Amino acid sequence: MGKRTIRVGYAGNYREVEVNTPDAEPAPWDANSKLAVVGKRLPRLEGKDKVTGRAKYTADVKLEGMLIARVLRSPYARATVKSIDLEKARKMPGVKAVIEVDREVRFHGAPVAAVAAETEAQAEDALAAITVEWSVGAHVVDLEEARKPDAPRVQGGKNPNERGNEAQDTATEDACRKALDASHSTIDLTFRTPVVTHSCLESHGSVVRWEADGSLTVWDSTQAVFAVRDGVARAFQLKAEQVRVLKEHMGGGFGSKLGMSQHTVMAAKLAREAKAPVKLLLTRKEEHLAGGNRPSSVQRIRAGADKDGKLTCLWLESHGTGGVAGGAWCAGPLASLYACPTRRIWHADVMTNAGAAAAFRAPGHVQGMFALESAIDELAGKLNLDPIEFRKRNDANTLRHSEYGEGAQIAGWEKRAQLRGSAGPGKARGLGVAASIWGGGGGPGPQVRCVISRDGSVEVQCGTQDLGTGTRTILAQVAAEELGLTVNQVRVKLGDTALPFSTGSGGSMTAPSVTPAVRSAAAAALARVIEAVKGSIPGCEATDFAARGGKLESKTAGVSLGWAEACAKISGANVSEQATRSANYQGFRDGTAGCQFAEVEVDLETGHVQVLRIVAVHDCGLVVNPMLAESQICGGIIQGLSYALLEQRVLDNATGRMMNANLSDYRIAGPKEIPDIRVVLFDVANGRTNTGVMGIGEPSIIPTPGAIANAVSHALGKRVTDLPITPDKVLAALGKK
Amino acid sequence: MTHPFTWWDARTAEEAAALLAKKGAMALSGGVDLLGELKEGIRSPDHIVNLRSVPGLDRIERTDRGWRIGATAILADIAAHAELRKALPGLAESADAVATPQIRNQGTLGGNLAQRPRCWYYRSADFECAKKGGKGCPAEEGENRYLAILGGGPCHIVHPSDCAPMLVALGARLFLRGPDGARDLPIADFYELPSKNILCEYTLKPGEFIEAVEVPVALPRSTYVKLREKDSFDFAAAACAVAGKIDGDHFTEVRVVLGGVAPIPWRAGASEANLMKSTLADAIEPASTAAVDGARALSQNEWKIPLAKAAVARALRSFLPR
Repeated sequence: MGKRTIRVGYAGNYREVEVNTPDAEPAPWDANSKLAVVGKRLPRLEGKDKVTGRAKYTADVKLEGMLIARVLRSPYARATVKSIDLEKARKMPGVKAVIEVDREVRFHGAPVAAVAAETEAQAEDALAAITVEWSVGAHVVDLEEARKPDAPRVQGGKNPNERGNEAQDTATEDACRKALDASHSTIDLTFRTPVVTHSCLESHGSVVRWEADGSLTVWDSTQAVFAVRDGVARAFQLKAEQVRVLKEHMGGGFGSKLGMSQHTVMAAKLAREAKAPVKLLLTRKEEHLAGGNRPSSVQRIRAGADKDGKLTCLWLESHGTGGVAGGAWCAGPLASLYACPTRRIWHADVMTNAGAAAAFRAPGHVQGMFALESAIDELAGKLNLDPIEFRKRNDANTLRHSEYGEGAQIAGWEKRAQLRGSAGPGKARGLGVAASIWGGGGGPGPQVRCVISRDGSVEVQCGTQDLGTGTRTILAQVAAEELGLTVNQVRVKLGDTALPFSTGSGGSMTAPSVTPAVRSAAAAALARVIEAVKGSIPGCEATDFAARGGKLESKTAGVSLGWAEACAKISGANVSEQATRSANYQGFRDGTAGCQFAEVEVDLETGHVQVLRIVAVHDCGLVVNPMLAESQICGGIIQGLSYALLEQRVLDNATGRMMNANLSDYRIAGPKEIPDIRVVLFDVANGRTNTGVMGIGEPSIIPTPGAIANAVSHALGKRVTDLPITPDKVLAALGKK
Repeated sequence: MTHPFTWWDARTAEEAAALLAKKGAMALSGGVDLLGELKEGIRSPDHIVNLRSVPGLDRIERTDRGWRIGATAILADIAAHAELRKALPGLAESADAVATPQIRNQGTLGGNLAQRPRCWYYRSADFECAKKGGKGCPAEEGENRYLAILGGGPCHIVHPSDCAPMLVALGARLFLRGPDGARDLPIADFYELPSKNILCEYTLKPGEFIEAVEVPVALPRSTYVKLREKDSFDFAAAACAVAGKIDGDHFTEVRVVLGGVAPIPWRAGASEANLMKSTLADAIEPASTAAVDGARALSQNEWKIPLAKAAVARALRSFLPR
């Protein structure tokens, strides 16, 4: 390790810090770095392949002799298979394998059996030929019903559906009551958010092929090729190296594809029985029922502030359901965003007979931030304080203060009071704000190999994934920067467990975790090229070789070689260096901040909410490619808007079935719902790795619902506490129901 | 799941009628609605008769009686027809309000008029209901936020068409073709409440299909207002079609028809009476209130009552001089 001094911070707040960095790593990029390729707006490298259809997704994989699999799923929310007859299905034309999957089903859509046939139609027909004798049990899908002591037990036995989970080191109820009693202003509000599904355009799916040597090749739509590899290896008692997982292009994951899924195991079992490769893609309906979801929440927030607008108490009681899974905790923002002397968090996960929740873009934070920032606005109202001023008084992060300033200026915050009535008759406008808080600093683990060949070609190899965010492009940019080349001179290989190890692409971790290892690997490989060049010059001791503008140059040695010319000095076919991502340095600060402003127009006659504009101010350390970062932020905003205004999974209480398991009745924002979006990337030199890059995937969705809800509340003069904010709720708030 | 069927490309209207008379035959025009029913497994025809292969069935033409629009005319073409829009602005607006650009490029007028309801219980093969020939209505105690506030029971669907209420308001006639020849009827008489016919929203004799619609040009002023949760792609939560004649500050003839709130296009006679009684400006409030006279909410759809009122008020306001 060596000590290095770097310049970190943001405009008006720069400082020099000393960081300990591994000797093998190149000097960290900091506020003083002048970069040529990194920071450039470049279209994603695979863009052309995607729009021309040349890019191959899992659904596009076609193998010799490949069969198509389909899954028989439970029409009941709770049932036991008393008997199942697969024999007729086995004898159907084209059918090559039939497997039983499960006899106990705890939600509508749970898999029961699966078939593989030569065509999809044959597989469908075979499913219809399976006869099942069911014993239908009692189910519960309603969150409040499930909490009652006499509710049907989702997990069977005596286990209650509710799992209390009181956070550690929090204030007692008594302490909270005292703090609230002593407060100048208090609020006590309950917020509700629905279960929403990820609705990735590319559904979950695998193509599986058993190889002659007993090993397994899996093409999977996944955010984590290595996690799928390890899961499949465990499921079939194979060694990890006997399983190869591939994923070249991705049509969305949002957290629902972070590990091995049941469909992959079903496909592999069918393929083993059929002795042929099998493709199993979930249909849209299956995707809604069994592809994961964001849990619901009911959040009661009691909060108080003193006369100076300082928070005195934040007290959250929440519960929610992730169906047959947990994961409904949503206290992150309330626990971390604001300074507060008395804080209490109590949460219960409630089991219901519905599809299992999965990580979903900023798990918990989206629900939690909506409720917290709604509550903060209400409290600001009671205190008669400007919502931004109130936030600043309780937010220790001065970076976010600056972001509020910049956003407020663009959003026209100072004209907020006049905005309300500016919409014309029957309409009202509103402007709202909400904060973002997230980690996003990445972590150690990923390994990257950089191979430079004698002909000058450069390949960066890493078993990470490009989820459609532009990972492939930014890795090429980082390597090109280090090698003094253009992105087109660097080839990136990813999405394959045959490549060096990398971690799953979740938690906004990919860019910050992988880019430093790319730099280290590229620098190490460059050092080998320099060695080769020096070796070709008798007695050369120069230490000032640098790669810049497609050349390798040394002033002291009087050498200036073109890149290909320099690489021709390599002895052997190539130089190949591998680097591992080291731990984060101390650097500037952990985590990302951000805030968003929403301007809405509410139709007071119909209750319809139109978002006119979102101003999004975010920091994510060094921005490798502003075009891609903005694109990802737009994606977060649109997904957040859709959550705030439209999306909800609807289950029929009587049967526990999902009623809107398609993309027309499950409403996702479309072109007419998408507002004008202005993204401001706040420049921060982070200094926690050699690239200083941070993730932006999740921070961008966190503030959107809260900002929209606050804007609606500003427009109406009334608070809608439940998402999605549909016309019925707006009309009810206006007393028109 | 994939019930096998035979595909027939009809070459003439007469041939189509003969083919449709076969047992288990269904007509296909744009296919937008039928494909969904086939995929869900709630329909299993033995024969599918393609009407779009009939030459000329998609014609949009001016006749001495008004406009005649063939059943397989594409919705996007109706919306984009400049002369038609000038004569019947509300009809163009209603065609333009359907679904998404992609669906309007595929969907046809006949299909839009004969499409089946969107009630979730009707659309799911997992549920039995009276409309599918079973028993009861699970929506009554279940998820009914988008269902009927007027004319419901024993089934509570809403009619999903955007063009149908507009054509009722315009006083259009429907031309049907069957094995025994052609007949025509006012389009308002085509649709039937579930209390009369629970299995279908209309009655066609065996082999019969919609061949064309004739729209008189007697009512020069018309408009269609559609309110929905998601503007990019949604069926109406409430809609209002108005067609009439205006003399100065009042209607001398008017029809007000609601969409998306009743099992059939819902003629609001009380609203029309209000409009005929006084100036338009004075009649807007009482006429929009009268439109939801007798509305009865189910457990989740009370919000549709003020919404329907708003649709009527908005449609009527569009006729006020600017």
